[in-house]
Amino acid sequence: MTTSSSTQFVNIGERTNVTGSAAFKKMIMAGDYARAVEVARQQVENGAQVVDVNMDEGLLDAHHAMTTFLKLIAAEPDIARVPIMIDSSKWSVIEAGLKCVSGKPIVNSISMKEGEAQFLEQARLCMAYGAAVVVMAFDEVGQADTKARKVEICERAYKLLMTIGFPPEDIIFDPNVFAVATGIEEHNNYGVDFIEACREIKARCPHVHISGGLSNLSFSFRGNEPVRRAMHSVFLYHAIPAGMDMGIVNAGQLDVYDTIDPELRIACEDVILNRDPEAGDRLVALAEKFRGTDAVAEKQAAEWRSLDVTKRLEYALVKGIDAHVVDDTEEARAAIAARGGRPIEVIEGPLMDGMNVVGDLFGSGKMFLPQVVKSARVMKKAVAHLLPFIEAEKAAGSRAKGRVIMATVKGDVHDIGKNIVGVVLQCNGFEVVDLGVMVPWAKIIEAANENDADMIGLSGLITPSLDEMVTVAEEMQRAEMRMPLLIGGATTSKVHTALRIAPAYDGPVVHVLDASRAVGVATTLVSDTQRDPYVADIAAEYQKVRDARAGKGQNDLLPLAEARGRGFVADMMLKAPAPNRPGVHVFDDWDLEDLRHYIDWTPFFRAWELAGNFPAILDDAIVGESARSLYADAQAMLDRIVAEKWLTARGVAALWPCRRDGDDVVLDEGARLPFLRQQIAKREGRANMCLADFIDPAGDWIGGFAVGIHGIEPHLATFKASHDDYNDILLKALADRLAEAFAERLHAHVRTDLWGYAQGEQLTNEALIREQYRGIRPAPGYPACPEHSLKRTLFDLLDAEAKVGIELTESFAMLPTAAVSGFYFGHAQAEYFGVARIGEDQVSDYAARRGVDIAQATRWLRPNLD
Amino acid sequence: MTTRDIFLAEAAKRILITDGAFGTEIQNWKLSEADYAGDLGLGHDQKGNNDILALTKPDVPAAIHRAYFEAGADIAETNTFSANSISQADYGAEHLVREINYESAKLARSIADEFQARDGRPRFVAGAIGPTNKTLSLSPDVNDPGFREIDFDYLKGVYREQTDALLDGGADFVLIETVFDTLNAKAGIMAALDAGRDRGRDVPIMLSMTLTDLSGRNLSGHTVEAFWHAVRHAKPLTIGLNCSFGAEQLRPHIRTLSEICDTLIMVYPNAGLPNELGAYDEAPATTAGLVYEWAGAGQVNVLGGCCGSTPAHIAAIAERVKGVAPRVIPTPPVRTRLAGLEPFTMAA
Repeated sequence: MTTSSSTQFVNIGERTNVTGSAAFKKMIMAGDYARAVEVARQQVENGAQVVDVNMDEGLLDAHHAMTTFLKLIAAEPDIARVPIMIDSSKWSVIEAGLKCVSGKPIVNSISMKEGEAQFLEQARLCMAYGAAVVVMAFDEVGQADTKARKVEICERAYKLLMTIGFPPEDIIFDPNVFAVATGIEEHNNYGVDFIEACREIKARCPHVHISGGLSNLSFSFRGNEPVRRAMHSVFLYHAIPAGMDMGIVNAGQLDVYDTIDPELRIACEDVILNRDPEAGDRLVALAEKFRGTDAVAEKQAAEWRSLDVTKRLEYALVKGIDAHVVDDTEEARAAIAARGGRPIEVIEGPLMDGMNVVGDLFGSGKMFLPQVVKSARVMKKAVAHLLPFIEAEKAAGSRAKGRVIMATVKGDVHDIGKNIVGVVLQCNGFEVVDLGVMVPWAKIIEAANENDADMIGLSGLITPSLDEMVTVAEEMQRAEMRMPLLIGGATTSKVHTALRIAPAYDGPVVHVLDASRAVGVATTLVSDTQRDPYVADIAAEYQKVRDARAGKGQNDLLPLAEARGRGFVADMMLKAPAPNRPGVHVFDDWDLEDLRHYIDWTPFFRAWELAGNFPAILDDAIVGESARSLYADAQAMLDRIVAEKWLTARGVAALWPCRRDGDDVVLDEGARLPFLRQQIAKREGRANMCLADFIDPAGDWIGGFAVGIHGIEPHLATFKASHDDYNDILLKALADRLAEAFAERLHAHVRTDLWGYAQGEQLTNEALIREQYRGIRPAPGYPACPEHSLKRTLFDLLDAEAKVGIELTESFAMLPTAAVSGFYFGHAQAEYFGVARIGEDQVSDYAARRGVDIAQATRWLRPNLD
Repeated sequence: MTTRDIFLAEAAKRILITDGAFGTEIQNWKLSEADYAGDLGLGHDQKGNNDILALTKPDVPAAIHRAYFEAGADIAETNTFSANSISQADYGAEHLVREINYESAKLARSIADEFQARDGRPRFVAGAIGPTNKTLSLSPDVNDPGFREIDFDYLKGVYREQTDALLDGGADFVLIETVFDTLNAKAGIMAALDAGRDRGRDVPIMLSMTLTDLSGRNLSGHTVEAFWHAVRHAKPLTIGLNCSFGAEQLRPHIRTLSEICDTLIMVYPNAGLPNELGAYDEAPATTAGLVYEWAGAGQVNVLGGCCGSTPAHIAAIAERVKGVAPRVIPTPPVRTRLAGLEPFTMAA
């Protein structure tokens, strides 16, 4: 919904204009300012981004009315939050208004009607009062009608304004929207003149904006609202892409472009685009058919009221009609309840479907912001009706699962998505504290602390909200909070969350793609058992995103020598003692029943493109059913794999004495393991890591391992033969999982027995998966030692091919494919990291250490180079 | 080079230092009614009319200016916060407004010249213009929200009188400070622009807003960003915040201003929050440590102190930020930036 040009269209409220609103005029004439203020408030509530105030009425003291009204609305924060447009044809009234308005208003309007001197004097005053200005395309001769005149006058005004230093971005041209289809031939091209002038003015006058009052256009069709609405919509549909970016528009005066009767729409288009000389006559003739709205509109009304309830809700959302929405929502709810459904299904089903239609129309420029705001209002009414039912349902259940603070961040007012997420969470047993929109970080943090919240959810639709979310994260960090921070909204992304927000905050940060994921995420985050593994998973996922991006050259690289100077200084008091059982240990047939308990299931589901973490994924709203079915099949197959001994787990582990030499680790028997060092410039206090940092130059130990799952081929062949792709993929996926499980299991055996530095270690599978143990097992080709060819050295040291039958291809891929290999580091401070991007200096240094030429090293290290 | 140019050149080299509080320093002198009143023969009590000391006991403001320059200040702010006809009317001294401002500026300028002559480093005098105790944006009568005690043109006249006297006395800049009402500030800006026009020269304006709540708004309800949009036409030499709370509470708002304003940022916070007795306890090193954080983050160009700060605070700040690179003025994209109480930026 953010890409359309219509999102940039500024909607100026015109209900507080005595020349445009008879009702408002009556209030002002009667001195009923209290009601007049309410009109302004409603306009802002209904989405006006700027409020136009005009008191030009012959029987009024415009000066008095203008200043009185402006002072009154200044006292109303709900109104005064938006800029004011001071609208008068009398300069004295405008200046009186400028003296009452703080902030930065817009003056509407000045022109060269009375000559250049007066024009410039008024422009200077606007500048001194700190106001932007609407300049009418009007000169000493008169109002500009043709494209040539509009462009000529605007360009002349622009050049004059530049001579007095007027900021070009504070100029808004009004090139005059004139009536078309008046029966006068000279008027036929007025629509085209305006639209084409927009394009030309924007090209000739950098930074300016273009505005216009729409109601003139359809002046010939006074009293025929359906035709006027259609004309306005068609006009905007063409003028906005041409550069019109502001307008005095009443949302009620617009139709959705796509829903205009095609016959009428084409007739309007023919008139506005002046496609042929008879277009005006055709529209006038056709207009009668639509006149009075009576026949047609009532027929339409009757028609849509007779649709089924789902369609009625969609229609109401698209049209922004809230008259029947509560009844229709109730009907939908009752129908769903009758078949045993839950009230939330009304939102998830028909209401969301309708909002999606609105989103599509808006995204393709066929609906405009004011209409979308009306749609949102209809949606809110529907949701409000459902809330008590949802609450009641919740009350019937147990206590709240957790408490979530939700807010649209400072500077952003979009809350539809946030509200939907809030509702969905409430439906699922969460207590939601909704702080509303435009919420500064201080309030968010305060509310989180006061409410003893379990997590915070931030929402935003516009791009600046992304930075604000980073600020919130930084402030949470500063406040030493650790509760999870959920990020959602249209412009948010996993990449941005990973790159910008997560690094700012040490607590869990999770990007939530859409409302449907919110429940799964929130549930996991309040779960005692699932939270930590999930958080670790997310952190790893985001690290991958960061690593992927790190290669894109955003960060400066340190020279290698400097990076080495900033290496991690490990406390060698914390190195692991000498192993219980050094040397090489071979395992020919590890018990598969033992390994199946070490399986990490989350990547298994990911392989099947089912997003979510195990076991929460089994209860996931969307993929839960598929996940459960898949999991059942996997367990059944595992039973057979174990019982019928389909596969064999073979592995080798070794522990060697060694010492550190620069960024190399040199084994006592002579082999040299060169490692890579991070070179990305880091914040003060963050080391540029290298695996060698975890090895003592004065003497230490390092390990290596390779495990593989053998024997899969005949079974795959059987499945292939019976065209059973499902089981074919299932078996491969399970073999991969078993290989990973074996690596985890063997590592535990090394820690507790072979090396034995963690003999008392007692960890659950969850703890293993989130690597809550001492020591690491980085694999060549993975972020901490990304260069694959090191696998060759490792395999030679392990004699892996002969001992456990794992082979390396010429590009260092392992066969069987279900295999894992790596090094063991036992130092208590050893941790995973990503080497990420490195410099040419390290490439040549590495080539020398590895004993290959630079071209070869460059090939191997390609993924880590620019 | 104009004074604006000299100031900008100095600010490009280092973080500049403005001075600290006057009110709390004057209290230390324990002046009597007679000290304040002098022989002006005014009908009203003058005790507490700090600004009138320029006429009755100029040794006091002179000593305070000297102490701040000794502490390392580059800028002296004239002791004229309440030297406008609205505030002076409370002391029956509104007829002395011109004299107070003129003498205060002259005094500050002469001491600035004295220090400048010593080491050749430029010293500047900012003519301080307070907000008055009246507001253009709010009604003092809750039952009549449309009522205003004063109007724009009247306040503009009040500011013009003070501005002219300060400039005549030798002030380099006009410092419209402690802005709690944005429309008051706009009247002050217009007075300064008019004064510059009538003198046929550039009168650089410094603007300093004060926050009245922690969400970052002033009394008239403007956010810092909306304030910037509303006053950017003044082409201010500096913009920033003063008074309000302690430095700690100002932090996020400094950061916001620093990111969006294409001019120098000047901040002079209170020395913490007052204790239950109304006194400020924050140690110089503490204040210096807090403002150093902004300096280190490249968010400020001019630092100083407001209520509760002393020459020791200013010395600590000057010492702490010595050698720290000043903020580089950013170049934000050209956008139409309007404001109600909240900022509104149009897409390009």
